[in-house]
Amino acid sequence: MMEEKSTWWQNVKGLLQGFNLTLRHFSKARNHRQPIGINHKDYFFQPEGLVTLNYPQESLPVPDKGRYRLHNEIDDCIVCDLCAKVCPVNCITIESVKATEEIGITSDGTKKRLYAPVFDIDMAKCCYCGLCTTVCPTDCLTMTNVYDFPEVDIKNMIYHFTDLTPEQAQEKRELLEKQQAEIAKAKAEAKAKLAAKGGSQT
Amino acid sequence: MLALVLCLVLVLSMVVVLAYAERKIAAFMQDRLGPMEAGPYGSLQSVLDVVKLIQKEDIVPAAADKFLFKYAPVIIFAAVLAGFAVIPLTPAFIPSGTSLGVFYLLAILSLDVIGLLMAGWGSNNKFAVLGAMRSVAQIVSYEIPAGLAVLCVVMISQSLDFQEISFQQGILAHQTGTTNYLFGIKALGINTNEIGGFTTWNIFRAPFLLIAFLIYFIASLAESNRAPFDIPEAESELVAGFHTEYSGFRFAALFLAEYAMMLLVCLVAVVLFLGSWNTVLPNLGSMKLADWTTGQPGTLSGHLWGLFWLLSKTAILLFIQVAIRWTYPRLRVDQLMYLCWKVLTPVALGLVIIAAFWRLWMVG
Ligand code: SF4
Ligand code: SF4
Repeated sequence: MMEEKSTWWQNVKGLLQGFNLTLRHFSKARNHRQPIGINHKDYFFQPEGLVTLNYPQESLPVPDKGRYRLHNEIDDCIVCDLCAKVCPVNCITIESVKATEEIGITSDGTKKRLYAPVFDIDMAKCCYCGLCTTVCPTDCLTMTNVYDFPEVDIKNMIYHFTDLTPEQAQEKRELLEKQQAEIAKAKAEAKAKLAAKGGSQT
Repeated sequence: MLALVLCLVLVLSMVVVLAYAERKIAAFMQDRLGPMEAGPYGSLQSVLDVVKLIQKEDIVPAAADKFLFKYAPVIIFAAVLAGFAVIPLTPAFIPSGTSLGVFYLLAILSLDVIGLLMAGWGSNNKFAVLGAMRSVAQIVSYEIPAGLAVLCVVMISQSLDFQEISFQQGILAHQTGTTNYLFGIKALGINTNEIGGFTTWNIFRAPFLLIAFLIYFIASLAESNRAPFDIPEAESELVAGFHTEYSGFRFAALFLAEYAMMLLVCLVAVVLFLGSWNTVLPNLGSMKLADWTTGQPGTLSGHLWGLFWLLSKTAILLFIQVAIRWTYPRLRVDQLMYLCWKVLTPVALGLVIIAAFWRLWMVG
């Protein structure tokens, strides 16, 4: 009998304790997590108060070199296709067109010899592994600290980095074709000449 | 007619505030922010929710019993709203001052059950039927301890009129010809008529009513399907219980009725146990705190003070209801019935007997 009574009382005490706990959290709700970054000493230390931020208005600062949205500085890209090859999910699409002459040099001094009429990265497929940025020889493909880029239409998740308009790209292609045709012609002529020479020899 | 409009406006505005407060309180208890976008600190959230619901398509399932399905929300909302008719809001304002108010209230609240069953059955959905059955079983069971607890008050007050019960619990008691003694016992010889304040509340006039109040409060949680007695609409097992199939305006009506029910049971608790619209502050010597915070019935100050005390006491009870919801886990069906039939009902029966004796001491 005695024992039963104590359990009954313990139950009531347990109920009150639980109630007290929620009330305590309620009363501490005046305190509020501050938008501090991971470098701050209090980042992992918040004894009480609201833990969520009013997100779009305030947000936790992310590290500058975080792995978030990719950016390609197309002026520095030599269109070597390494990034597209290493990408585990094949979300980088590159189409290259050889330039007829040297286009310029990148900021680290590499010569650019290819145009990129298509340089698309599908951010919806990207798994943010960062492999493409490590293989990039000119360090033009980088990850920025932008992480909030939702789109209504999923097609907008494909980022186009090319700096050529379709017309320009067409023009470059034609130039290349012309040059190649010329080279082929020159080669054929040279071959014919060679053949003629050889013929006279035998 | 004026009373109906006033009541409807008051109830709807309180309900909207309550729905917002519930979300905010829940958020704070869980260390979240809660609604923040609509209006300052999200204060327009529940208004917009209702507006959104009203705009939505009113879907009636093809296989539903159309008649039952369509009229269930009307019955539920009407039953709850009708309950407000007998609640005295101020000393001089009560929408319908019937002398059988308590009886009427208990009766009209039972009508709610029919609406719930109609909604559940009419939906032709197993979740809805299960929810409705649970809800009916629960409400019908818990009406017994709640009714017995109310009966204790009625025995102490010797009245079924809410307004008279209210008058008895304050410094205006002489208007109904009642004399209040400390703890209601005449033999102690301490007249508290002039002291008023909390000393004349029913839970002080007859301290055992504090237990009756607890019983009523627990039972009222179950009657308004509130956690921890929310098994009729247990989200994790029954989707949304009896209103699974509802959408648009009909859902809004059910949703509002649920919150209005919470408000109503808290109002009744305040009127019956916690001194109704009477002030908390007692007259202490020359500090006439009770007189200062009670206006003459019928005057503007009388109305305002009455409404203020009634609503602030109700707000505290509502806060406790909400806090309970976010503290305690849901009861199992058998635990629910155990609590009702083996704990609350016997205790309430005992209290009825005590009430009878107490009443004798009060007059003797
Ligand atoms: S981060 Fe990884 S997944 Fe994304 S584009 Fe680069 S290599 Fe592909
Ligand atoms: S690896 Fe770098 S340089 Fe090569 S194509 Fe990709 S972005 Fe351009």
